[in-house]
Amino acid sequence: MLTDTGLPGPVSAEGLRQRVGEFLAGHDPAAMPRLEFLRARFDGGLAAVHYPPGLGGLGLPRALQGVVDAEFAAAGAPTNSPERIGIGLGMAAPTILAFGSDEQKARWLRPLWTGEEVWCQLFSEPGAGSDLAGLATRAVRDGGDGASQSPAGQDGASQSPAGQDGTGQATAARGGAEQAGAARGGADRWVVNGQKVWTSMAHEARWGLLVARTDPDVPKHAGLTYFACDMTDPGVEVRPLRQLTGEAEFNEVFLTGAVIPDRDRIGAVGEGWRVAQGTLMNERVSIGGTAVPREGGMIGPAAATWREHAELRTPGLHDRMLRLWADAEVARLASERLRQQLAAGHPGPEGSAAKLVFARLNQEITSFEVELAGAGGLRYEDWTMRRPGSVSFYGRDAGYRYLRARGNSIEGGTSEILRNIIAERVLGLPTEPRADTRVPWKDLPR
Amino acid sequence: MSAPTQHTSAQDKAAGDAAVENNQAPSTPSGGLPDLLYSEAESELRSAVRSLLRERCGWPEVLARTETSEPYDTALWQALAADLGCAGLLIPESHGGAGASYREAAVVAEEAGRAVAPVPYLGSAVVATAAALAAGDTGLLTGLAAGTVTAALTVPFASKPSGGGLPATVRVAAPRPGDPAGQARLTGTVTGVADALPASVLLVPADGVPAGLYAVDASESGVTRTPVVSLDATRQLCDLALDGVPARPVVSGPDAERATAAALTAGAAMLAAEQLGLADRCLEMTVSYLKERYQFARPVGSFQALKHRLADLWVAISQARAAARYAAACLATDDADAPVAVALAKAACGDAAALAAQECVQLHGGIGFTWEHPAHLYLKRAKSTSIAFGTPDWHRASLAGLARLPGPGAR
Repeated sequence: MLTDTGLPGPVSAEGLRQRVGEFLAGHDPAAMPRLEFLRARFDGGLAAVHYPPGLGGLGLPRALQGVVDAEFAAAGAPTNSPERIGIGLGMAAPTILAFGSDEQKARWLRPLWTGEEVWCQLFSEPGAGSDLAGLATRAVRDGGDGASQSPAGQDGASQSPAGQDGTGQATAARGGAEQAGAARGGADRWVVNGQKVWTSMAHEARWGLLVARTDPDVPKHAGLTYFACDMTDPGVEVRPLRQLTGEAEFNEVFLTGAVIPDRDRIGAVGEGWRVAQGTLMNERVSIGGTAVPREGGMIGPAAATWREHAELRTPGLHDRMLRLWADAEVARLASERLRQQLAAGHPGPEGSAAKLVFARLNQEITSFEVELAGAGGLRYEDWTMRRPGSVSFYGRDAGYRYLRARGNSIEGGTSEILRNIIAERVLGLPTEPRADTRVPWKDLPR
Repeated sequence: MSAPTQHTSAQDKAAGDAAVENNQAPSTPSGGLPDLLYSEAESELRSAVRSLLRERCGWPEVLARTETSEPYDTALWQALAADLGCAGLLIPESHGGAGASYREAAVVAEEAGRAVAPVPYLGSAVVATAAALAAGDTGLLTGLAAGTVTAALTVPFASKPSGGGLPATVRVAAPRPGDPAGQARLTGTVTGVADALPASVLLVPADGVPAGLYAVDASESGVTRTPVVSLDATRQLCDLALDGVPARPVVSGPDAERATAAALTAGAAMLAAEQLGLADRCLEMTVSYLKERYQFARPVGSFQALKHRLADLWVAISQARAAARYAAACLATDDADAPVAVALAKAACGDAAALAAQECVQLHGGIGFTWEHPAHLYLKRAKSTSIAFGTPDWHRASLAGLARLPGPGAR
């Protein structure tokens, strides 16, 4: 009955529509500033119906969100530009909801959802890709009693910010930064040193989801802690990372004496791995679970080119076209089946499969497209270094798609790691003998 | 239909999500696509069929039967067809059937594939039944539903559901003096027919006047069925010869072509479901073997090279399952997208089944190459079924027209 939602009677699509209608009657989207409207929508529990009451939602099943979005779209209401805040909506919000304190939820969710505060993800490091739990960025607690817990000056070892020895020892240069930070973050705070990489939106983000090593003396999974890192802290430096497409979608983030107040820790000290797993689960679902119409994916441009340019067709390409079309359509059906399983409350393990298939298909289709283009495939649109706000494969030429798709089997869990996950968690096959799980992290070879 | 539900062993849980997934999806899934999950009733039907097949159709018996003169298990077929009512799934209740649909029929086909069951379910309860339904042959349907009649559409198992005319190698012969009015006589041969050996009624596409579908009593003296040594000995083909055999006209002209095409399309879709069940079983056997088999002092399933192969196989099967469900759902509602759906399913499931059976042999190592291990039963069924009713390549090629992807030289 969910009386605390204030919904009239049982929760139904009709009841929700009515609620949206009442909201719109009091909040004319044409007459209000965009941000004010979005804040009011959040406060009205209509931001994301599956968020809890009082935190932008109504505690309803996620499947009902479509009803609300459709009503707002029909009314011409402004959106929160979800493509710009995908990491916030897709990863930060579920993590905060699952692991955050009440105070954190109240503080972060509203500006996250309205887009006032962009979030990014500070997980991968140059030395920790697939082996994320081996990461080396150090967070040291500074309870306010000064140098005793700060790494600064402990041994005076010199280290570049990009250094990957993972000890988190301070450099001489950073000592200054850290002292400057002593006033920041309040009495109970953490000081962070290390390097993160492959960080989308870091240059626009206010907050970063950070996993850092807080105890190097225990096995690697046990010594991690999860934080929200204020990206405006003077110890945070963001540099663009140019990828093989010529663009810089991503960044490197150097953390040099960055200060995080303890109140921005998410989950208990040493629980970082468990929290990060929750975030990554959402990442894979968000990549693999989108429903599209027939030819709505990467196969669309390929099929369109095929139909328009009879002169490019060869028997060999025809066989590939048909196979790719069939595979893409079957993958679309499998995604829809996964979506139905989620809607029925039985999330199947097929999510991992969807990401694997999506990566392979995108790569094969774009490779086909470049060949189909023939001489045109020898050209490239533009190598100029740019920093796109969001990534879209569409409206770009086949060469860009071909190059960008190479990343699909690396980002968000490599295809090789996904196969391990399927083999071990779905099929129950034994793990490989491991040398890295019972040894203190500091003693691991690297 | 009785549906025992005591079926909860751990092994069955491992048998794939199909067996344990209950459909609680909304009745109108978004994206314009039908429900691709298994309903509760479908899962109960699966349990009932699996129990029967586990009890009566273990692989050692299936293997032993292939070297006897009775390649089909008629007693098991009777239990499946009449006792469980699987013969009448597609037949309306008004004719004594269950009034179910291709969704339910597909679940039974999956289970038949899992067990490489030597029963004429596909030939009789799917292909011949689909032909009789399209032809409106109520007498035949009533017998099929009751399990008193087993029928076969006499087309080569390698026929393609192309819909281009009757695949007729049999001719309508001149009637003989004294033949009752309305009775025809048929002469000719058909090679490589599936599920005709145990059939009591043969539905024969025949050319002549009039061209159409004819029903022949298989016990007539002019009917000769010569068993073929078949790649898949669990579904033994036969060559059929008719020598002036009395026949009852069922339907003629374009209606007969439509009935035959509908039967072949249904056959392809349900064969895809059979392949899905077969693939699932091969994966399951292989996974459990790789957990038990030790080499180099560790289970061989812990080696990443093998794990990745099985992960890829599981992915292929997950994809194929969506395609098979979509095809069954489209046939169930006579959806306009059925030709595309069936082509996708037969291509995806055919490839997945062949891959699964081949991996099953390879990853079992030496034991998988022996006669005493069931892997070869699955390998042979997988390869045969991927040739039957259109190969994966043939079905993909059909998409050139269906999806408007013309080849070189076409517009």
